[in-house]
Amino acid sequence: MNNKELKVFGKDISDVLWEIVKDVLLVLFVFICVYPFYYVIIYSLSDPQLASRGVYFWPRGFTLQNFKEVLGLGDLGHAFLVSVTRTVLGTLVTVLCTTLLAYQVTKDFWGRKVCYRFIIITMYTGGGLIPWYLVMTAYGFTNSFLAYIVPGAVAAGNMILVKTFIEQLPASLEESAAIEGAGFYTTFFKIIIPLSKPIIATIAVYRMVSQWNSWKDNYFLNSKKSLMTMQLVLRNYLTQAQKLANMMADENNIMAEDLLLQSTVTPESVRMTAVVVTMLPIMLVYPFAQKYFTKGIMMGAVKG
Amino acid sequence: MTKQVNQVKQAGLNVRERFDDMIRSSIGIKKWRSIKGFLRIIPFLIFIFAFEYVPLLGWLYAFCDFKPGQSWNTLNWVGLKHFQRFFTDGDVFRVLRNTLVMNLMELLITPVPVLFAIFFNDIRSKKVKKVVQTITTMPHFISWIIVFGLSQAIFDANGLLNQVIKLFGGTPSPFGLMGDGDHVWIFQVLLGLWKGLGWSTIVYMAAITGLDQELYDAAKVDGANKVQTIRYITIPGIAPTYLVLLIMKVSRLLSSGFDQYYQFYNSLVADKIEVLEYYVYRLSFSGQQYSFGIAVGILQSLVAIILLFITNAIARKIRGSSIV
Repeated sequence: MNNKELKVFGKDISDVLWEIVKDVLLVLFVFICVYPFYYVIIYSLSDPQLASRGVYFWPRGFTLQNFKEVLGLGDLGHAFLVSVTRTVLGTLVTVLCTTLLAYQVTKDFWGRKVCYRFIIITMYTGGGLIPWYLVMTAYGFTNSFLAYIVPGAVAAGNMILVKTFIEQLPASLEESAAIEGAGFYTTFFKIIIPLSKPIIATIAVYRMVSQWNSWKDNYFLNSKKSLMTMQLVLRNYLTQAQKLANMMADENNIMAEDLLLQSTVTPESVRMTAVVVTMLPIMLVYPFAQKYFTKGIMMGAVKG
Repeated sequence: MTKQVNQVKQAGLNVRERFDDMIRSSIGIKKWRSIKGFLRIIPFLIFIFAFEYVPLLGWLYAFCDFKPGQSWNTLNWVGLKHFQRFFTDGDVFRVLRNTLVMNLMELLITPVPVLFAIFFNDIRSKKVKKVVQTITTMPHFISWIIVFGLSQAIFDANGLLNQVIKLFGGTPSPFGLMGDGDHVWIFQVLLGLWKGLGWSTIVYMAAITGLDQELYDAAKVDGANKVQTIRYITIPGIAPTYLVLLIMKVSRLLSSGFDQYYQFYNSLVADKIEVLEYYVYRLSFSGQQYSFGIAVGILQSLVAIILLFITNAIARKIRGSSIV
């Protein structure tokens, strides 16, 4: 121990330095993870005119006007519904299909090994953007809500997670069900699904996030207005906020007599409010779902 | 009414049971069950074939001059023309440079998650640790569109950063960081780091938890200080995990993901931000050069496989055991 002589408050100097560096970097990291989210939230809650002069720690001229304006635009409200629907339905379909497939491959059947490999290989292959696009259009998944639901119904990675989980369930439960005369699907719905709740929650949470965040299927396949999702509408807002602000200003002028206290929205306030509306559902669900995410990555790491 | 329905149901069940019995008696119950299992999985196999294997057939289009809507028998096969173009096109050089520079920068910062995993592991209070983890993994779960929105709020020409710079009497950059052609690479790499850092630490935290606690106790008895324990126990302990992830990362040297660069692409930074994925997208969807786009995708996959084998071989030489 060559640095034993250097001591500060009875501790090695390298340890003291380590503690300082660690604490500073940790606080800094947590701050830059939190602040961007916090900033857009306080901006969206501020009076647009005051906010354009700078908002740092607290909303300036607290108002919900921005949300009223942005949600009143119509397409965002509808897109919100589309996103919620695709998230709920898509997650249900994926969970059901994946769990069913996983249960089936835990059983022995004719050609099991080949079938299993056939599924697993798809984890490592991928045609890329253009072949995906060409195939989807060839199947008719254009301007169709099914484009959000069907293509991701079964994923090999999730299937492995569920399969590993089902395999470590006690076999005696299934056997006694079989003795009672329960068929394949009865066993699946009455025994396997209730017992697999933890892993189902894990893949459901992953699927929900990817459904909510998905935008490429919308962008490349669905151009119909009624099928627009939050993410893509937000993107359009971000790139055309100036235009929207002008539009709203016009609308305000028409009804100006009624709305004396109306504050004019700025492109910035429109953008930030749209960001908040799009990220809020994830932020609200996230703290509760976090333990499942961690579980998923751990299990994914040992799946080999 | 319900009685009738029940009767019909019963009759259906009877037919099914009789059918089952018939087959059972002819081929044996075990074999019949085995075949039933296979029949049940067929729909899934068809699904996976349609969505995972058919797109791979699309790779064949790289060997012809394909236009959308063209039917199979009118295709004009051109051999390796599109692959050759990859090596002669001037644009490819620029795009390849952007991809490589940003990916190499990402390789250089791969130790950062290791460092933060050690930091996190060092937090004594379990509650604080959990809160910190929850907060720092958050960016991983938002889309790049939202990251773009947040980034606009902060780095735009009249975003927060420029306001603060003005507040302190500095001169802000006229187009903001997102329109700053000189700092595209580092900016994008740091954005990626911000989004992924918390998430990447989770694997390393697990690796640290799995280390032998007795080693730490022994080190304590020997009078090692914290920095020494980290240097001689923690870091060697998680090196295998790091190496695996590094190899995976190296094999993706030519892949960048489309989302990030699509969101942050604009005319001010176009020259430096365009990566292979965006290039493929641009040529295909605005240039109608689908075949060339697919050829580039194939080359990316080939390079990834080759790099995987090379790095794996090197790792085997160093460590004496292979990883993949």
